[in-house]
Amino acid sequence: MAEKLKFAFYWAASCGGCEVAVLDIDQKILDVIQVADIVFWPCAMDFKYKDVEAMEDKSIDVCFFNGAVRSSEQEHLAHLLRRKSKVMVAFGSCACFGGIPGLANLYTKEEIMRRQYIETPTTVNPEKTMPQTSYMAPEGELTIPEFYESVNSLGQVIDVDYYLPGCPPPPELVVAAVEAIAKGNLPAAPAIIAGNKTVCEECPRTKAEKIVKKFKRVHQVIPEDDVCLLEQGIVCCGPGTRSGCGAQCLQVNMPCRGCFGPPDHVTDQGAKLLSALTSIMDAEDPEKIMEITKSIADPAGTFYRFSMPVSLLEKKHFTKEASEKKDVAEVK
Amino acid sequence: MKNEFEPNIVAFCCTWCTYTGADLAGISRMIYPSNVKIIRTMCSGRVDPQFVMKAFREGADGVMICGCHPGDCHYQNGNVKAMRRYPLLVEMLGQFGIEEDRIMLEWVSASEGDKFAEICEVMTERVKKLGPLGMKRKGQDFRQALMHPAKKINEEVPVKA
Repeated sequence: MAEKLKFAFYWAASCGGCEVAVLDIDQKILDVIQVADIVFWPCAMDFKYKDVEAMEDKSIDVCFFNGAVRSSEQEHLAHLLRRKSKVMVAFGSCACFGGIPGLANLYTKEEIMRRQYIETPTTVNPEKTMPQTSYMAPEGELTIPEFYESVNSLGQVIDVDYYLPGCPPPPELVVAAVEAIAKGNLPAAPAIIAGNKTVCEECPRTKAEKIVKKFKRVHQVIPEDDVCLLEQGIVCCGPGTRSGCGAQCLQVNMPCRGCFGPPDHVTDQGAKLLSALTSIMDAEDPEKIMEITKSIADPAGTFYRFSMPVSLLEKKHFTKEASEKKDVAEVK
Repeated sequence: MKNEFEPNIVAFCCTWCTYTGADLAGISRMIYPSNVKIIRTMCSGRVDPQFVMKAFREGADGVMICGCHPGDCHYQNGNVKAMRRYPLLVEMLGQFGIEEDRIMLEWVSASEGDKFAEICEVMTERVKKLGPLGMKRKGQDFRQALMHPAKKINEEVPVKA
């Protein structure tokens, strides 16, 4: 038998669901073990970073990297694993597009730190202690990784060969990717391993004419089965999202949340969703349009739920004056 | 005077009304600020929100979307589509920290050269007051990166672990 492949897994800024998704492939994991050895998987097995550093360059065949990049540790590992791996797979929406952690790009590092360590109701921190990247303890210097200003997708930090989107990637796609790796018939890199149409193409609901008088959120209405959710006024990200998931959410009466990112020929998922939603408004005059617009809560958070860091604008813009004003407010 | 901020303003003008109106302003030798850079589109309804965002991404300080007056659209209702997108676009750009005054939606017919010159004046003043946006982003966008990946593989690994 030919030599086994070497796989590595790494977990950066993500919830950990992608690690579980690896096991979602059920007994197929045994087939994976047949063809591959796992040489690095901090979540499940005991490996140290120095073990990876000791490996020869390009000695890992495939690295599955999940999570966005927000700290110096994650960036270091991304570069390190890129150097040691032949093929780099961005596993899951966070690695592909920044994902849910990417929504933090609407806030500054200071705002996040203040909220996390001072403002939350469950926090007791009267001395307003904030994490420091290094601390001189009597026994020596202690360091923790630096928290960056903004969230990056993996592709913004290193070259990624394959993108496996999804939150988490569905088992069928994981199996298809692993089989393609084992048989050596991966498409030319870089490529997205998913469909190339939109979720609407896979959605089994019947679609007629879409005319919406008011947009609703999921908790405000019980949707009818089998009728397009947009037609029922529920904000659904299907028209601006890549296919490949089998429209699983739609089959259980939940609107698409956009985890597969922008489809082919679309640069900015949120901009396209904005166009799609506004095009079905039943309004011809500015007042009526305004009224319907008001019924869409948090457009940036909804349309860029998984793709903020790879969008055209990438993150919120903070003017100098605004940040200066904030500093003054803080002093007061 | 030399150091006064000169904003970059991108104006998307529909070919049937506003572009012709801008032409009229030129032919009539009307004076309006040279800060406005015109991009001709077939219709204001063709102005994809991606165009607006790309303009900001690449260094615009303000964006104008101009088309035919409602009811006058060459394609019957293209400008209504622009009108429907506009409030949500303004709200969303606001969430990204782009002030409402940096975006403008105006209707200018082919005979309103004077109106075109006037709105260019108004917009330039508005954006001058706000100052530079400075939102220019480095690097490729997601699709460019997919199609023409930059070579990052051999970049030095940061020393700090």
